[in-house]
Amino acid sequence: MIDLLYEPWPWYVAGPVIGLTVPLLLLAGGKMFGVSANLRHTCAACNFGNVDFFNYDWKTAGKWNFAFLAGSIIGGFLAGYVFANPDPINLASSTIADLQALGIQDFDGLVPDDLFAWSSLGTATGLTVLGLGGFLVGFGARYAGGCTSGHAISGLSDLQLASLLAVIGFFIGGLLMTYLIYPLIL
Amino acid sequence: MNSTMKFTEYLKYLSIGIGFGFVLVKSEVVSWFRIQEMFRFDSIHMYGIIGLAVVVGIISVQLIKRYNMKDANGDPISIPPKDSSQVTRYLVGGSIFGLGWALLGACPGPMFALLGSGLTVMIVPIATAVLGTYVYGVLRPKLPH
Repeated sequence: MIDLLYEPWPWYVAGPVIGLTVPLLLLAGGKMFGVSANLRHTCAACNFGNVDFFNYDWKTAGKWNFAFLAGSIIGGFLAGYVFANPDPINLASSTIADLQALGIQDFDGLVPDDLFAWSSLGTATGLTVLGLGGFLVGFGARYAGGCTSGHAISGLSDLQLASLLAVIGFFIGGLLMTYLIYPLIL
Repeated sequence: MNSTMKFTEYLKYLSIGIGFGFVLVKSEVVSWFRIQEMFRFDSIHMYGIIGLAVVVGIISVQLIKRYNMKDANGDPISIPPKDSSQVTRYLVGGSIFGLGWALLGACPGPMFALLGSGLTVMIVPIATAVLGTYVYGVLRPKLPH
């Protein structure tokens, strides 16, 4: 039984559990599930230069979401540190072969150590993946008005056309990166 | 909801967040490898997760609307519609997000769950994501929406 805590969860269990976040937040206090809003609230809490887009009462809008975000970090600690899965991810062999051809050597954890280490920040590749990757996620999420949680989960759950357009955008960008740009970076 | 939210209120959202972060890691949604696999269409894993999450979301939102359910504070639940006439922002902004999602192999939720799992270097993409958000805020009046 305790093994269940260490083992990875299959997609058909994890998907519905993630989906439950939407009604849980709505029922808890009428809140819409969306993680990237926290990035905006962070800017609003600082708001250097008095930017119009960040002029709002972030405490009223965002305190609950910061609590949710703190929980996500704790949940990540429990699942990825306390009850970490000791085995490598059961990836498709075609993906492994593809990534090996691009030079990825470490397949042990959740992320490749080749890229996700403090020391990799000294390389152009590491700086691009971690620094530029984060920047594009933050910029794009706000431009699109939401990220995977706000659009792909919350928005699609409410059958919003806007969210479908955003998700199509996610895949246009993701496929461009995967097939055209990433091979140049790695 | 006023800004003097009670401690028990925070505890509610904190708990839901803990469950969310836990399943994100246990399902390997936080994994750079899983995202690379998804964009190569090599496995059902990520599609199954997002697809079933949306199915559960659609059913529960429909039930909440149909039965006019109230939240735990007794207030009616309203879901503001998004402005779908702004096609440019969703497609262009979404594509920029997608470039970052595939590059970093993590979207905002997983960035924080990974940090919690002990991957301290995630501080860097979290910081640049805040910077990206800030730059968007500055450039917003000049960007097509």
